[in-house]
Amino acid sequence: MKILVSIKRVADPDNASKLKVSSDGTAVTSEGLEWKMNPFDDWSLEAALRLTENASEKNARVGEVLLVSIGPNDEHTQRIIREGLAKGAERGILVEADEGNLDAGVVSAILKAIVDKESPDLVVMGKQAADGDSNVAGTKLAEELGWPVINSAMNILTRDDGKTLEVKRELDTGVATVKVTGPAVITTSDRILQPDSVQNGVTPDDHQYAKLEVGGRYASLKGIMQAKKKPIDQMALGDLGVDTAKSLNYTKFALPPARSGETTFVEDVADLVDKLHNTSKVI
Amino acid sequence: MANVLVVAELLEGKARKTTLCAVTAAKQIAEGTGGSFDILSIGEGAGAAAEELAGYGAGKVLKAEIAGGYTCEKYAATVAEAGKGYDVLVACASAYGKDLLPRVAAKLGAGVASDISQVHTDGGKLSYTRPMYAGNMFGTVEILSDKQVVTVRQSEFEPAASSGGASPSEDVAVQTDAAADKVEFLGVEVVKSERPDLGDADVVVSGGRALKSADNFTNVIEPLVDALGAAMGASRAACDAGYVAPELQVGQTGKVVAPKLYIAIGISGAIQHLAGMKGSKTIVAINKDKEAPIAQVADYFLVADLFDTVPALTEAVKKL
Ligand SMILES: Cc1cc2nc3c(=O)[nH]c(=O)nc-3n(C[C@H](O)[C@H](O)[C@H](O)COP(=O)(O)OP(=O)(O)OC[C@H]3O[C@@H](n4cnc5c(N)ncnc54)[C@H](O)[C@@H]3O)c2cc1C
Repeated sequence: MKILVSIKRVADPDNASKLKVSSDGTAVTSEGLEWKMNPFDDWSLEAALRLTENASEKNARVGEVLLVSIGPNDEHTQRIIREGLAKGAERGILVEADEGNLDAGVVSAILKAIVDKESPDLVVMGKQAADGDSNVAGTKLAEELGWPVINSAMNILTRDDGKTLEVKRELDTGVATVKVTGPAVITTSDRILQPDSVQNGVTPDDHQYAKLEVGGRYASLKGIMQAKKKPIDQMALGDLGVDTAKSLNYTKFALPPARSGETTFVEDVADLVDKLHNTSKVI
Repeated sequence: MANVLVVAELLEGKARKTTLCAVTAAKQIAEGTGGSFDILSIGEGAGAAAEELAGYGAGKVLKAEIAGGYTCEKYAATVAEAGKGYDVLVACASAYGKDLLPRVAAKLGAGVASDISQVHTDGGKLSYTRPMYAGNMFGTVEILSDKQVVTVRQSEFEPAASSGGASPSEDVAVQTDAAADKVEFLGVEVVKSERPDLGDADVVVSGGRALKSADNFTNVIEPLVDALGAAMGASRAACDAGYVAPELQVGQTGKVVAPKLYIAIGISGAIQHLAGMKGSKTIVAINKDKEAPIAQVADYFLVADLFDTVPALTEAVKKL
C-alpha cells in the first residue's frame, strides 16, 4: 500500500499562548517559538506507518509512506520532513510556498496535483492544523479527487488485501462504522494512537502497540541515521500548474481577551459551595 | 445583500440544537446585509424535521429525504445543488458540519470560514471572526469566492428561539454522487443519555486522568453531575484511557463548551483542554496541585484530593 501523508509545520502548539500580533494587527508573529510538526499530522503519520509495516517483525516496512510538506524551503521545514522520515516514511516532497499565500483551498489543490502524479492508495491527513484549526483541507481534497473521505478516524481495519477499509469515526453523539473502497482520504482522531487502532493484514491482528500518550512514535537512532539518506524532492508551486488563488483573506488578528478576575483559593467544600451559591449564584 | 441557506443537522429524525445556533448566525448575516434565509432539512426524517423548523422565521424550509446512515458523500451533492441559489451556506461546526460543509464548498468552488465565533456585516460587507491556535488568537477573515461557506461555533451562538409562523416547505431533488458508492454505512453506536447535551448544558462537570478508572467516574463524578443536573465532560487523557466515551472530550479536538459553570476535577489544564472550556462563565478547579495550569483560568480553586472532596461536594449540593 502506498500512502501519502501531509505534514505541516506549526509554531509550537504547547506555547501558543505566547503568540503575538504584528504592530499593524494583520499578522501573527511566532518569534521565539520553535517550529514543530503539526501534532495532528504526527498522529496521521503514525496511522500510515502502522498500515505499512509488520509490527511483529521490528516494524519491517511492507508499503510506502510519502510525506508532503508545503511551506518555506528552509531548515525548519526540512527538519520536520526528516523527522517523519526518521520515524519510518520512505520519501519526502517539499513544495515551496510562502505560508501567507496558502489556505485550505490552495493546499488541497497542491495536494491534488501530487496525488495525480503519485497515485497513492490512501491519503492520511491531520483533521486540522494546530494553527488554523480549520478542519477543511482533507475533505476538500477528497471532493476534488472524487474520492470518499473519512474524518476523525479512530480505528482502521484493512479488508480484501487493503482494497477496502473498515473505519470507525468519531461523531458528536457516538461512533459510526463505515466500509470504504479506496482510494480514499482519511483524517484521524486522538484515538488513532490507541494500541489496537490499526489492522493491516500483515501485522498479527491481536498485536498491541505500545501506549502512546501524546503523539506518534519516536524515531529510533537507526531511523535517524537512515533518514539522512532518504530523498526529499523539492519543487516550486509553479512546477505543479495549480490555481493558487486564495479564497480566504485574513484582515486582522487579535489576542483573546484576558479572563477577568483573580483565582480565589477556597478553604474547603463549604467555602466553595458558599461562593458558588451566594457570590457567583451559579448553583 | 446575502441570501443564506442553513444546513440542518438531524439526529434520529429531529433537528439537533446545533441547527438553531446556525439559524442564529444566518439571521445575523441576513439582517446585516438586507438578505433573507432559508433552511435545508436533509436526511432521514427530513419531512418531519422540516415541520419543526418551520417556526423560526425562515423564508422557506427545503427538504430532502435521504434514508439510511449519514455520510458526507451521500449528502454533499444535494446540499450543493440546493445551495446554488444562495450566497452563504451555514451550518454548525459540529462533527457533522465540519465533515459535510467542506465537501459542499469544494463542489461550489467556495472558501470556508470554519468554526466562527462572530459575524460582521459592517457596511453590508461580510467578514467573520474565528478562534485559531487553540483559542489563543482570533482572526478576522473575508471569503473571496462568489459563494461563502461558514460553520459556526455552537457555544458562541445562542440557539434561535421559535418565532411562531410557519415557513412554507418545498421538496428538493436528491442528487447522486459517484463518491457515495465508495462508502457503505455499517452502523452507529449512538450514546443515549438522560443528561443535557455537553454542547449546550448550563453546567459541565469534567474529570481527568486523576480519576484513574471508569468506575471512579461512575462512583465519584457522576453523582455530582446528576446532583447539579449537569453534562459530563472529560479530558483527553481520561477519554484515551477509556474511562469515558470519546465524545465527552472537551478541548481543541473535542467539544468546545461555554457553560455558566464548569468544574474541572483532576484535570491539569493543558493548553488543548483550556481551548475547549475557557469561555465558561465561572470555572472551578479541584486539584491536588495548586500550581496546575488550570489556575490560569479558574475563578475558584480548591486544593484537595478529589476522592475526599467530590463526594462531600455532592452531598453539600444536594442539600441546597
Ligand atoms: C494535538 C493535541 C490535541 C489535544 N487535544 C486535547 C483536548 O481536546 N482535550 C484535552 O483535554 N486534552 C487534549 N490534549 C492533551 C493535553 O495536552 C493533556 O495531555 C491532557 O489534557 C491531560 O489530561 P488531564 O488533565 O486529565 O491529565 P494530567 O495532565 O495528567 O493531569 C491530571 C491532574 O490531576 C491532578 N490530580 C492527580 N491526582 C489527584 C487527586 N487525587 N485529586 C485531585 N487532583 C489530582 C494532578 O495534579 C494533575 O493536575 C491534546 C494534546 C495534543 C498534543
